[in-house]
Amino acid sequence: MEILSGLMQGFAVALQPMNLLWCLLGVVLGTVVGVMPGLGPPATIAMLLPLTFLMNPSSAIIMLAGIYYGAKYGGSTTAILLNVPGESASVATCIDGYQMARKGRAGPALGIAAIASFIAGTFGVLGLMLVAPPLAKMALAFSSPEYFALMSLGLAMVVLLAGRSMIKALLATLVGLWIAGIGIDPFSTTARFTFGSRELLSGLDFVIVAIGVFAIGEVLANMEGREAVKALPVPKGLRNLLPTMQDMKDSRFAFANGSIIGFLIGVLPGAGSTIASFISYGVEKAVSRRPEEFGKGAVEGVAAPEAANNSETGGALVPMLTLAIPGSSTTAILLAALVLWGFKPGPLFIPENPAMFWGLVASMYVGNLMLLVLNLPLVPLFAQVLRAPAYVLYPAILGISVVGVYSTSGSHFDVWLLAGFGLMGYLMRKLDYPAAPLILGLVLGGALERALRQSLMMSEGSLSILVTRPISAVMLSLAVLILLIPLFNKFNHWRLRALEK
Amino acid sequence: MKAPGADFWSGLALGGLGAYIVFEASRWEYLGPDGPGPGFFPLWYGIAMVALSLALMIFTFKENESVDWTGARRALGAWAAMAVSVAALKLLGFLICFAALTFFIVAVMYRRPPAVAAITAVASAAAFYMVFPLALGVKLP
Repeated sequence: MEILSGLMQGFAVALQPMNLLWCLLGVVLGTVVGVMPGLGPPATIAMLLPLTFLMNPSSAIIMLAGIYYGAKYGGSTTAILLNVPGESASVATCIDGYQMARKGRAGPALGIAAIASFIAGTFGVLGLMLVAPPLAKMALAFSSPEYFALMSLGLAMVVLLAGRSMIKALLATLVGLWIAGIGIDPFSTTARFTFGSRELLSGLDFVIVAIGVFAIGEVLANMEGREAVKALPVPKGLRNLLPTMQDMKDSRFAFANGSIIGFLIGVLPGAGSTIASFISYGVEKAVSRRPEEFGKGAVEGVAAPEAANNSETGGALVPMLTLAIPGSSTTAILLAALVLWGFKPGPLFIPENPAMFWGLVASMYVGNLMLLVLNLPLVPLFAQVLRAPAYVLYPAILGISVVGVYSTSGSHFDVWLLAGFGLMGYLMRKLDYPAAPLILGLVLGGALERALRQSLMMSEGSLSILVTRPISAVMLSLAVLILLIPLFNKFNHWRLRALEK
Repeated sequence: MKAPGADFWSGLALGGLGAYIVFEASRWEYLGPDGPGPGFFPLWYGIAMVALSLALMIFTFKENESVDWTGARRALGAWAAMAVSVAALKLLGFLICFAALTFFIVAVMYRRPPAVAAITAVASAAAFYMVFPLALGVKLP
């Protein structure tokens, strides 16, 4: 009953004409970003974040979330037509999607991807709606030691799955913690790591680091090459985009499998949609009556990963909204956005901001419907985005980044910092340092230190408080186990194989 | 003997950063009467950073894993152009600097004819002016 009344309240927010417009803008922008290889949702959301300060926060989160899940829809278009994932979550879709397109079945492949995305995206929102409120109530019992342990576990999971080298992932996390610590210490008012600069006393703005590392770093990495990509043609007419009844029948288990696996993986910090889509693809192949068709253009091979990566969105929002633990770069940026707008994500977020939470949930139902309606007939139009010349796009992204950073502070110093973090983002890509742990370290750094120091105040300086409370002891033990995985060869091989795949 | 690779040097740089963090943190209060001081947390992650950097340097000293630096000149050239335009922002304003950066990227990096580059630069700057100050009321640098 509580959920139903919350949902009604949410639809009252989401169906306001302006919010519908922001939702539409978000999903269209998300689809375009998803279609474009090389520009992901974290970069786009980071770039647009400064502009949302002018907006009503409910409308802003509706739009930013629209970009997040809209990109998952768009990513499949590039995967199917180009054999290049528009964003990392669509890597598994390339395998069978491109083969279908080569056999002249690009239309049904795009159609089944849109339908799978809609079904699973809706399932993910349903999961978010059902799981988040009770989880938030449970988390109300958490105190500082439990929060410290939970954040440590979240960071450990991200480190485990962020890249080939766990040492590099850990180092990236520590750099994130260090950047988060720059400025005045809130407990003692000591200036830390400010290099004597007055501008650094208030700390580094999250927006500068996120835009630098993601947007500028990504543009610089993309500028390394000059060659343009060639896409397979998209069939014209809605009829040619609709999958056959046989395709739908073949995909029905893939829809269910992807929806469930995607949501469950989404709730776990660090795993993310790429892993969800590969696991779902693997499960579908393992239970299929015709596994030999996988890799040669099996329609289930498109439906399962597409379902998983869309359902994952709903799952990923659960820990972000209820525990303030983001599981990926995009949710980390969304979390930072909520904080910058003056909200406090965590167990009290839903009871304190019901209109915002339920408005977001309802807007995701509406947004998924918009995406289905838009994606089927407008795929040929979205595919045109692939023809946009890079030499127009890249300077525009650099310009938007500069304007975005300058608009938040009006400081030239911040624009210099942006350029510096852009170079750092590029070098991190070149040297294979994952960006997600850095951003998570940055987002969680302040809260992690606060939770640790408060825990030690509670125990009068004794670290035993972290291991004598059962929930915190279990979570810290899990975190330590995760970080010890490289020492166990068998598990480490499994981890590396999963990442390579 | 092979020269150490990029991982070694990045480990060295991060080890240096870790040492700086430890040095700075050791100057602040570690544990006071009210609990941990401002040096407590940074000291520990600084030590962890030094240890992990050393591990990275030791494990990768002889590996010399190849990093593909082809194309890096283009990327770093673009970054340098951006840095120059940021430096000129105060003097020339955003629109002129942005148009110049766009012209450079289109004409020099993507080898398009100067006329195409000029049209792209002017059109992009005009679009920025219309979207940000005029439509959104956002001040340009």
